[in-house]
Amino acid sequence: MEAAGVSNATDDGFYEATARQRVAALLDKGSFHEILPPAQRVVSPHLKELDLPVAFDDGIVIGEGRLDGRKVFVAAQEPAFMGGSVGEVHGAKLTGLLDRAARDRPDGVVLLLDTGGVRLHEANAGLIAISEIQRAVFRARAAAVPVIAVSAGSNGCFGGIGIVARCCDYVVMTEEGRLSVSGPEVIESQKGVEEFDARDRALVWRTMGGKHRYLIGEADGLVQDSAARIRAAVLPWLGTPVPLDLDSLTQEHARLALRLEQFGDAQDALEIWSRQGVKAPQDLPGLDHEAFMNIAVPLRNSSHA
Amino acid sequence: MHESLALCGKLFPQGHDVAIEGSLLHGTGKTPGGDIAVLGTLDRAAIGVDLASALASRVLDIVRSHPGRPIVMLVDTQGQMLSRRDELLGNAGYLAHLSKCFELARQRGHRLVSVVYGEAVSGGFLALGMIADQVYALADAKIRVMALPAMSRITLIPIERLEQLCRSSPIFGPGVVNYVKLGALNAVWEGDLAQCLDKAMGSPLEDDQRAARGLQLAGRMQAHPVRQMVLDASK
Repeated sequence: MEAAGVSNATDDGFYEATARQRVAALLDKGSFHEILPPAQRVVSPHLKELDLPVAFDDGIVIGEGRLDGRKVFVAAQEPAFMGGSVGEVHGAKLTGLLDRAARDRPDGVVLLLDTGGVRLHEANAGLIAISEIQRAVFRARAAAVPVIAVSAGSNGCFGGIGIVARCCDYVVMTEEGRLSVSGPEVIESQKGVEEFDARDRALVWRTMGGKHRYLIGEADGLVQDSAARIRAAVLPWLGTPVPLDLDSLTQEHARLALRLEQFGDAQDALEIWSRQGVKAPQDLPGLDHEAFMNIAVPLRNSSHA
Repeated sequence: MHESLALCGKLFPQGHDVAIEGSLLHGTGKTPGGDIAVLGTLDRAAIGVDLASALASRVLDIVRSHPGRPIVMLVDTQGQMLSRRDELLGNAGYLAHLSKCFELARQRGHRLVSVVYGEAVSGGFLALGMIADQVYALADAKIRVMALPAMSRITLIPIERLEQLCRSSPIFGPGVVNYVKLGALNAVWEGDLAQCLDKAMGSPLEDDQRAARGLQLAGRMQAHPVRQMVLDASK
């Protein structure tokens, strides 16, 4: 698959890139205009109070740019700053961007998510911020601006932001990306290692990773970890909002109910994939992208609304 | 009588047919202003794929059968279900679906009011409770992200320091008073609950005012101005 449009940034993938590298690689060269850049120094007052280091962008880059010439708004969480976690300022920047999108109606909003969820150092303020982001996603959608969530980063997409991602019009993941509410460590620490062994990386990825999420319909797109491919996946969704109405939610409800009926008693992802018709489910995690897609596309359950 | 049904008795002295079905609470309450749909959880329910789906099903039923009828969420949840099975099946999708169903109800003119009467914790509170237009709590309700000892373990901030910070700032500590100061709760309900509900139903519907309230009450000083700066930034 070739990427449409022109992006001249070096394409080393998103997994270990910084937020600014991701934005530069996603958008048309030189088109990004950052809102509240680090020079404005809008920082977390709460981290200061704890005598902890602050970031001049509070761990999130937001702004406007072009993607293949189309006007888009972008937010990118910085994985290296407190695990991409959502504090008061971080959250308000994202809420503001979504409300700006509802007002200015770009062709889409792309959220490059990479987060463990609430920043526990700002506990209550972080949780409320995520609820405000969620409501702002719905306002952007009501204005027919598609909101596209990308999970391709090293922190994955967890906690309340996992829920927010699924409130968006579209979710695209890479195999390395993960999407869940409770992360492996949280489940293990609360329920014990018998419930979830967080050190079992194969278990983590086949339970929460991109391949499984794509197969069961929790992700709309699965691409290799490359900015060009993420760009190409996002492009056709620009200007194409998914309706959020009684019909679409009735259909989504039926799909989710069917998932429970078909897979509700499955013990492991391997069992789900087998029931979906995958002949050698144990081989799926090791397959390269193309070989995986050849099997997954005809068998996967679709998502939406 | 279960505490949730006792609560319904106080909210709806004219009568209600709210019934318990597992961890779910549903029915209709009578008020002078008309019928109100009631939906909720009980016994500190953890919200996983099954409960989220059952709740969403009820929301869609209300939207289909009773256009415009206000919905009261009665919240008692320890948070999202922490289990391998629920994450395997995609709890994010189920909790998001529940949120979308409430959002649909809102857009179709249903007033959404929630009342935290037990616990309200993190992801559970996000999908059931905070999604409402107006959020209230009983004075003895418990709202939090995480208990202080766990927060101390993860943030590596000594618990004594956290306890000290809780006294000076509403953002760290659990509790309804903190959530009022932060703008996330409209009010704490005490006394005549039917009167509280009646007053809530009569108040004007507004967009999300939580950040503005947080600023006004000096509990959350940045959320509102930062959002406004983003809106006002030049192109």
